[in-house]
Amino acid sequence: MANKTKKKPPTTYDDVEKDNIWSSLIHKGTPTTFTTIALFAFLIRFLVSLYPYSGFRNPPKFGDFEAQRHWMEITINLPIREWYRNGTGNDLSYWGLDYPPLTAYQSWIHGVLLRRFHPSSVSLFSSRGHESYLGKQLMRWTVISSDALTFFPAVLYFIIVHYNQPSRSRKTDIAWHITILLLNPCLILIDHGHFQYNCISLGFTIAAVAAILSGKDLVGSVLYVLALNHKQMSAYFAPAFFSHLLGKCLRREHPVLEVSKLGFVVLGTFAAVWWPYLYSTNSFLEVLSRLAPFERGIFEDYVANFWCATSILIKWKRLFTTGPLKLISFSATILSCFPSMVQQIKSPSNKGFLYGLLNSSLSFYLFSFQVHEKSILLPLLPTTMLAMEDPFIFKWFMKFAMLSMFPLICRDGLIVPYFALLALFILVLNTPGQRRVRENNNYVYNYLGTMTICLILFCSLVLHIVYLTTQAPKKYPFLFEAMIMNLCFSQFVIVTIGCNIKQWMLNKNVKLLEKKHI
Amino acid sequence: MGNEKLSLEEVHNSSSPKTTIWWFFLIATCVKVLLFPSYRSTDFEVHRNWLALTHSLPLSRWYFDETSPWTLDYPPFFAYFERFLSIFAHLFDPQIVHLHQGLNYSSNKVVYFQRFTVILSDLSLLYGVYRLTRKLDSRKQNLIYSLIIWSPMLIIVDHVHFQYNGFLIGILLISLSYLEEGRDLLGGFVFAVLLCFKHLFAVAAPVYFIYLLRHYCWGGILRGFSRLLIMGGLVAAVFASAFGPFFHLGQIQQVIQRLFPFGRGLCHAYWAPNFWVFYIMSDKGFAFILRKLGFNIQTPAASFTAGLVGDSSPFSVLPRITPSVTFIMVLLALSPCLFKAWKNPRPHMITRWISYAYTCGFLFGWHVHEKASLHFVIPLAFVAAQTPEDAKHYFVLSIVSCYSLFPLLFEAQEYPIKVLLLLLHVILSWSGFSAQFYDRAETRAPIAQTKQKVDQFGSEGSLSSDVKKGGFVFGLIERSYLAGLVFIEIWGQFLHPLLFGDKLAFVPLMLISVYCALGIMYSWIWQLRSIVKSH
Repeated sequence: MANKTKKKPPTTYDDVEKDNIWSSLIHKGTPTTFTTIALFAFLIRFLVSLYPYSGFRNPPKFGDFEAQRHWMEITINLPIREWYRNGTGNDLSYWGLDYPPLTAYQSWIHGVLLRRFHPSSVSLFSSRGHESYLGKQLMRWTVISSDALTFFPAVLYFIIVHYNQPSRSRKTDIAWHITILLLNPCLILIDHGHFQYNCISLGFTIAAVAAILSGKDLVGSVLYVLALNHKQMSAYFAPAFFSHLLGKCLRREHPVLEVSKLGFVVLGTFAAVWWPYLYSTNSFLEVLSRLAPFERGIFEDYVANFWCATSILIKWKRLFTTGPLKLISFSATILSCFPSMVQQIKSPSNKGFLYGLLNSSLSFYLFSFQVHEKSILLPLLPTTMLAMEDPFIFKWFMKFAMLSMFPLICRDGLIVPYFALLALFILVLNTPGQRRVRENNNYVYNYLGTMTICLILFCSLVLHIVYLTTQAPKKYPFLFEAMIMNLCFSQFVIVTIGCNIKQWMLNKNVKLLEKKHI
Repeated sequence: MGNEKLSLEEVHNSSSPKTTIWWFFLIATCVKVLLFPSYRSTDFEVHRNWLALTHSLPLSRWYFDETSPWTLDYPPFFAYFERFLSIFAHLFDPQIVHLHQGLNYSSNKVVYFQRFTVILSDLSLLYGVYRLTRKLDSRKQNLIYSLIIWSPMLIIVDHVHFQYNGFLIGILLISLSYLEEGRDLLGGFVFAVLLCFKHLFAVAAPVYFIYLLRHYCWGGILRGFSRLLIMGGLVAAVFASAFGPFFHLGQIQQVIQRLFPFGRGLCHAYWAPNFWVFYIMSDKGFAFILRKLGFNIQTPAASFTAGLVGDSSPFSVLPRITPSVTFIMVLLALSPCLFKAWKNPRPHMITRWISYAYTCGFLFGWHVHEKASLHFVIPLAFVAAQTPEDAKHYFVLSIVSCYSLFPLLFEAQEYPIKVLLLLLHVILSWSGFSAQFYDRAETRAPIAQTKQKVDQFGSEGSLSSDVKKGGFVFGLIERSYLAGLVFIEIWGQFLHPLLFGDKLAFVPLMLISVYCALGIMYSWIWQLRSIVKSH
């Protein structure tokens, strides 16, 4: 960063940014910019909410919408200890709660709100499969309000922290980065179209990252534990948080004291969240077993990870039982995120931390047990945070993350918003007059070459069209899904390798810098 | 950070106005596409019926058909336009254009098709805006693009409620751009075409007539006459191509009857915020006072929204209003503008004059729809970029007229959408105008001020007019008026249902009408003043 300031003396931004589209947007300062973009992001969210949700008019089990609604029904009608327990009032085989307690509390709050305005939508038993105009509106409002209360403030916090350094205070960049973070098409489609509450756990994660970037490690760990307790999938980031914080502590005066402080805070937060279930070991284990659904197999549907992609050649499910598979996938995951952990322990840095987040979440996505296609949102988060540093990786990753969710989106009837949001995303990336960082310096870009990139993009376009228009042959009903997943998987692998190398290159640069200073 | 250094080499792509305007249009298109499943009014079925009617019936029966209550009541060009669209509708889904089976057809297919035609027809708006902004600097261009192409009013009326206003206003803008360039013949021609698409645009015809007469045809008897003949011939040709077939069939009477249904009342079901709102309110007020004083005032049997039934007047005290009264009032209100246009026909004033004409038509016209405010709000956006005073006026006007459209979308689902659209417009235009009329009060010199008065409305005076009155700052009256708007909304949405329940359900709507009418009246007076004061 020191280099940056030297290379670019603080020019008057007026003449650089005189006539581009952002100029009037940034004229009034960052708060107005953020408000404007946030309003637009809300508008887009409300527009996507107009479309059907997952499992819309699809009995008997419906989809994620019904799951969330059912959790509200359970939490407001049953005592807290029975939420995770099979009983007369709670049939766990019908969308039983399988997320950590914070989700349950959030369901309780939303359930209370729903009961206030539309009691029949959350009454015990009788509301199963409830679908109504008002019910849909209220449920959509709960997601958007959660977004407004967690994700948006977290993004603002992150932006403030990230652009704190004077060398980075180009207002156009800030505006662009806010737009990218708030208009993430995948997140909008899953949360406000498909129906989930990823915004809460991802919001806590961003806030945690921002806190750690600004040096408030304790606050950061509390926030991260909250994210973890909202969705266990947040564990994808655990290696990065762990290694970065450990690396930081080791470089301080009293490493042991620092580590134990962090450990104490983490355990304390966990205890607070889990308090109602800590009265006996049995009840604690009961809840814990709900969170790890190993019986559902190593992968479901078609997901662009290692197990699913290689299952064409190696039938993992037939070769191994669940027990060994657990072990294999666990060791593969740890092995693949090991390099990035080592890098962070060795030389923790803010940028390295962001890359570490990306690498660890990617290795979880690629190798861990029971991955959903929606889990791509987790590695996507650090790439959006890195969008300014690594625009190519970000764009590339976003495009294939979208593609990997395409079959799911089609099932939900969200094809129109899918293409509208994709177009919007491309338009935002190509705002006229926008400063463009040259892409051909990127590691992955160079490796792939312009021709290959065009070819791959063309392939993905063709796959979209083919998937929409052609019926798969009867012998291989999931042929196109498999093709989409393999294309995405190959790109994710390239990104993973590229980003791991990039993270290690950071070390080299630091050394070079040190040498120069000497 | 060796890699960083390399990637810092920036590529500045100097964007041309064409790419920029497309960018704006495509962003708006994404929003419009996302609005596909939103609420749609009966106008959707109206247009579907017209598709079916023009497709399955011969020309001779277009204006006679009564299969659906939504009979064809637009001029022939619009009917031809629907006929053109129906070709594709037939290819897309034959049920759309089926006269009987298509009635109230509401599958995704028909919705997507018709919504998509609105988006495509907006291209005329795009072209109109592009033509009118070609000569401006890029900052003004961006400002105007965001005001018009992202106009919340157009999105609400066209892409939620369902109409083709963007398309029609686009044609108006193309006509205005020709006039501003001094190509009067083309301007007049395009306006004649517009009239054959939708006759309600005829309110501005007197201004067009006077302006073209003085600017195009004046000067020498021979030259004048020949030009008058050319213009007259051209306009007559346009009208002949539209109405000719019906004239030939001897149906012109029926067509005229369909186009001007004076059987309707003075006001639309929801009172458009215009002058008549005050008239009706004061009638009620007088009746109330007189009754208190002991006079025997009968409650009128007829309502304002229904037609002229028999001889009963809807008013209890004040004289009754007939269509001819409204006609004379519009002309009277227009007269100062006509006088100016006669005295000194200048191309760069034409947008101002035309907008003023539509404002008059909106305020004093017969059976005005709230949507008609689009006809002057959109063209005024071009005026707004000229001076801070214009900008301030436009800021208030656009908010008020957009707010007056809120009752169109009454379902819970669209509530956040319309509010967010308006808020986005407010914040975008506020920061856009502030950036445009950057406060440079310190640099203001007395010379600049005197010079200012000379070319206050000069099209070239952008720099000097920027300085005027220290930029984009509002006075107490404007601020409290806009704050009142927020209160009216909160009252209508929350306080009224809370305090009165279902009683007096008409009060919130009436409040909106009256309060917005105040704003529109203010805008009318302001426009009138600016026209009278101009040299």
